[in-house]
Amino acid sequence: MTDGTPSLGHVPGTFRQAVLLSRYQFRDYLRSRRFVLMMAIVAIIGAILTFVLLYYNGAGLTGSSDAFYGTFWAGGVTVVIIFAGIIFGGDAIAGEFQNKTGYFLMGLPIRRNSVYVGKFLAAFTASLLSVLFYLVILLANGAYWFGGAALSVALFESFAIALLYLLALLGAVFLFSSMFKNSPYAVLVVAVLFLFGFSIIQALISGLVKVEPWFIITYAQNVISYPFLSSIPAHMETVKAPGPRGASITSYNPTYAEGLAIMGGYFVLTAVAGLLLFEREEFT
Amino acid sequence: MSPSLEARQLTRRFGAFTALDHLNLQVEGSKCIGFLGPNGAGKTTALKMFTDLIFPTSGEAFINGVSVQQERKRALGACGTLIETPEIYSSLSPREALELVGALRGMRPEEIRSRTTEVLEEVKMADWADKKVGRFSKGMKQRINIASALLSDPEVVLLDEPSTGLDPRGMAEVRDIVRGLKKGRRLIFMSSHILSEVIDVCDEVALLNHGKLLFHDTLSNVEKRLTGGATSVDLAFMGPVGDDTVTSQVAPLPGVVSIARVDATRLTLTIQGGPTVQSGILERLAAARLGLLSFEPSRSALEEVYLQEISKGDS
Repeated sequence: MTDGTPSLGHVPGTFRQAVLLSRYQFRDYLRSRRFVLMMAIVAIIGAILTFVLLYYNGAGLTGSSDAFYGTFWAGGVTVVIIFAGIIFGGDAIAGEFQNKTGYFLMGLPIRRNSVYVGKFLAAFTASLLSVLFYLVILLANGAYWFGGAALSVALFESFAIALLYLLALLGAVFLFSSMFKNSPYAVLVVAVLFLFGFSIIQALISGLVKVEPWFIITYAQNVISYPFLSSIPAHMETVKAPGPRGASITSYNPTYAEGLAIMGGYFVLTAVAGLLLFEREEFT
Repeated sequence: MSPSLEARQLTRRFGAFTALDHLNLQVEGSKCIGFLGPNGAGKTTALKMFTDLIFPTSGEAFINGVSVQQERKRALGACGTLIETPEIYSSLSPREALELVGALRGMRPEEIRSRTTEVLEEVKMADWADKKVGRFSKGMKQRINIASALLSDPEVVLLDEPSTGLDPRGMAEVRDIVRGLKKGRRLIFMSSHILSEVIDVCDEVALLNHGKLLFHDTLSNVEKRLTGGATSVDLAFMGPVGDDTVTSQVAPLPGVVSIARVDATRLTLTIQGGPTVQSGILERLAAARLGLLSFEPSRSALEEVYLQEISKGDS
């Protein structure tokens, strides 16, 4: 123990602290079972996909590389993103309260927003690795069926949109995680909402109430497939059931701009709301 | 400027329950203050407001004159804290956890390395520096938490029942660590409900019950409060001490007011006078070759005051 010296160190800025924290949090993720679980989920999805393509002749099944990626990238990456969000973000904030790790961090000279942002960055990086793993599996399949030319600008465009969707989803997941001080509750609520809750609400709102569900995040995910399409789907489609009394069912597709705006809006609003909520939470 | 802690009208209510009631407390200088009180007295609530873990209903807490509620980062910059028994990310090793703490505190890498080695040795966890924290017992984790609080060699140390979860040996080691901290220019504020712990390591005591501060004073003044300025001292001898010896050689010593026999080899003296008088008595007893083994202030006075004040508050 040194005697009579003032405290060591000059406390870094808020963002610097967030980045520092994210490194250690990411290291914690990499060594955790949840990371192995997430990679296993992606590997299983990839294995099923590879098997289906081999069994049904991948080139013949999709016809072109754009159709291949439009079907298997855009369809699969949303599932990967949702699982990554649940696994890495579901208890990211709630766990700080329940597991008492928050007491270790919050006794330090660090703002709550540094902790929130640091954990968000770590969850984003871990999720990004999962998405990249899925992309590698798809690229390998794409290269096998369509050769090197399969790598197109559309794929990069779609990848960028998928990252925006990941940001938006993690923002929402972190908001839900901030609402709870109990990890299982937080994970359960996030899983139920993102795996099927939002889809059911979306179907009910558009199909029955006939209102465009622009306020539901999962509605925007279709946009990830748009770069591969020659024409964007109609904004609104109404299908009338056969027969004189057949009910009409309405479905909506977001426009390109609308989808991006929903994702961007979700990210900004949920990140700010989650941050404000965490700022007000107490470690009682 | 001396390290300082201040609570101004610090109040916290949980619904109708008042956990802390207008706490006004100002402590300054290099010393150890025991924040004493029974379970549920409001000690942890107060410490959590000093570290911004919870927010006051009214009032404010200051560390070195900086408001914790207004400028948490600056206020906690000079402060090492241990509140409750925090958990550390289970996949990190103590060395990595302390690296994180040091980095967040802005310590230089070489400072972090050297201080990590020092504090891990101090809490006797050097052999476990690179093992995963997830496999540690509660006591081992608490040692790492103490190491974390000391890493930056802070001017102010807030400890919330630091010996919680430790075995008797661990508790004794924590007391040694706290005593060691007192050697520096450092203010230590330690909550406890263990009287012997406070007596052992603290210079001052602040007693809290039902969220109210009952008193804050030095341990010697607490004793005076009960004994009217007299001090109790416990004596232990190697062999039995006869009544005649006590009457002829102990009772006449200047300052001795009364003598109570504990058993054949132990006496409790009541002494009127300060440290000089006590020192004089000790010298004379040693010179008398009565086989004196120990001469230590009897701290039962704090226990008496504690029980009196707590029972007053309860009634």
